Amino acid sequence: MNSDTQLDLWEVFIQSKSGQPYIHAGSIHASDMKMAMQNARDTYTRRGEGTSIWVVPSKYIVASNPDDNAMLFDPSNDKIYRHPTFYVMPEGAKNI
Amino acid sequence: MHNEHSDSNFQSRIDKGEHIEARDYMPENYRKHLIRQMSQHAHSEVIGMQPEGNWITRAPSLRSKQILLAKIQDEGGHGLYLYSAAETLGISRQELIQSLHSGKAKYSNIFNYPALNWADIGAIGWLVDGAAIVNQVSLQRTSYGPYSRAMVRICKEESFHQRQGYEIMAKMMKGTKDQQAMAQDAMNRWWWPSLMMFGPHDTDSPRSSDAVKWRIKRETNDELRQKFIDKTIPQAELIGLKVPDDKIKLDEKTGHYKIGEINWEEFQRVVAGHGPCNKQRLDHHKLYFNQGAWVREAAEAYKQKHLKQEMQTI
Amino acid sequence: MTTKEATFTYTLRLGDDALILGHRLSELCSKAPFIEEDLALTNIALDMIGRAQAMLSHAAELEGKGKTADDLAYRRPEINYYNHLITEQPNGDFAHTIVRQLYLSAFEFLFYCELEKSKDETLAAIAKKASKEVQYHWQHAMDWTIRLGDGTGESKRRMQIALYELWMYTGELFEMDAVDETLIKAGIAVDLTSLKTQWLNLIKNTVTEATLLMPDDTYMQSGSRKGIHSEHLGHILSELQYLQRAYPDAIW
Repeated sequence: MNSDTQLDLWEVFIQSKSGQPYIHAGSIHASDMKMAMQNARDTYTRRGEGTSIWVVPSKYIVASNPDDNAMLFDPSNDKIYRHPTFYVMPEGAKNI
Repeated sequence: MHNEHSDSNFQSRIDKGEHIEARDYMPENYRKHLIRQMSQHAHSEVIGMQPEGNWITRAPSLRSKQILLAKIQDEGGHGLYLYSAAETLGISRQELIQSLHSGKAKYSNIFNYPALNWADIGAIGWLVDGAAIVNQVSLQRTSYGPYSRAMVRICKEESFHQRQGYEIMAKMMKGTKDQQAMAQDAMNRWWWPSLMMFGPHDTDSPRSSDAVKWRIKRETNDELRQKFIDKTIPQAELIGLKVPDDKIKLDEKTGHYKIGEINWEEFQRVVAGHGPCNKQRLDHHKLYFNQGAWVREAAEAYKQKHLKQEMQTI
Repeated sequence: MTTKEATFTYTLRLGDDALILGHRLSELCSKAPFIEEDLALTNIALDMIGRAQAMLSHAAELEGKGKTADDLAYRRPEINYYNHLITEQPNGDFAHTIVRQLYLSAFEFLFYCELEKSKDETLAAIAKKASKEVQYHWQHAMDWTIRLGDGTGESKRRMQIALYELWMYTGELFEMDAVDETLIKAGIAVDLTSLKTQWLNLIKNTVTEATLLMPDDTYMQSGSRKGIHSEHLGHILSELQYLQRAYPDAIW
């Protein structure tokens, strides 16, 4: 039986300071959750980069298809009323 | 239907300076070129752990032992980042390692030279990492997103590597006669191979043009080599090391150093497998890969037994 | 023996444990079963060498002869090293490495939590840092023990052999002599008597969860507190001390 593998691929997200968003740091290989957490720690927080770690098996990441980019992202380009600068404020209005 | 899947559309994205992501359309040759380059780069980091690893147990102070260990660990980490980046192109780490073992995939020639005295640790950090970083800084802007992101992280971490190497050389040049002799010996042996790290001259490098067109490579071999030469020669002179090349001359007009002829026969010989350590390096990697098989199999078997349990807790 | 002299010896022993185990773990660099584990083992090695530096600096200060941590690490004859025999045992296969880590990190986890209360402030400070590190080492060793014990037939067999083969070096971990007794009275050292049962429980629970068997009681090797070692230490020192011995006037 040839069951030799390099174990499963996981994605690692690191929060650099409390309150900050979790940012994708990279990937690691591991066979289970505990190992994934330890490998993420040993690989991506060697220089005090993190206060918190998320790991997730790469196979559970759902990614958008680049072919759908026009459909997914273009329609929001003209919705300028979602931005505060769209609105005209009366001269002299403050704190708004 | 627009032409998103055409090579001309791809090239225009590249020309606009856009990054290509894993699921974007890319020409097959672009993908192949990336896998070849990134895996070679990853293997170099991992094989590069060996010459320095040769001195861990003999490092002469607790400080130097910690620095050396941390540096070699970084190299392992960098190999890992690059394997992962290559995996986004649909090739597994297992396949990448198999290509290394079969000889299909290469790694940097420089690691086929031996680390013979403690000053070699200085020379490897200062010259080999110094040469590598010139190339790596340039690769931070490479067109493939995952590769570029890995390179950004690598460059950040590598910044101490060259400094620690130069510090060792400077310390030894200030030390006893024996230490100075070791430092000069290391300089003599590592200088030329470091220059060869940038690869053949542009006129002799068949793949260079595609790589530049696709912005995988942002500068040519000779441009990068010149950068390295220009910054390194004054550093050598500052600490009293002699560069082993009688033909070195500063061109006052251009501000660049001219050097003697690189021995490309030696380069080709080492590439072809006849360097001092080619066999040793690959054998080492195979030996510990094979010795680790039962551990990986056990981890896999444990997962299979306990996977259901683990999934319920997700 | 004054308290200071006893504290010197005590600190030196702790420094040597970290130094020699750190040496063994650092030999594994580029030899792990996969690259992530290589990084993990190196992290543990770095913790050990860092601790060796802290302990040996403190020892050098207590000795008061103007020596540095490096002088102590690199310039002593073999008989003056006091690391436990288990730390100098060869790495063997990955199972032996893990079992050595299992036995030692469980001990160190308990030990350094206690040493945090030491009346010697430097020892207490080093212990505070070490106990966090060691908690992680223990977690790492425990997880691997369970994985390998409950993995394949081969991994189970290898783990069982390693558990048996290294068992005879565990008795020494709980030995105490006049140095310990003097310092326990002074509130500086840890009383190891109370740790033994806790240690045994930690090991038993892990070994059981790993579906492995506890080793039978056996003759326990001893000697390191007197500087009597296995043959392995001499070879470690011949590498460790090579440059310092070959070029005694050089500064590195």
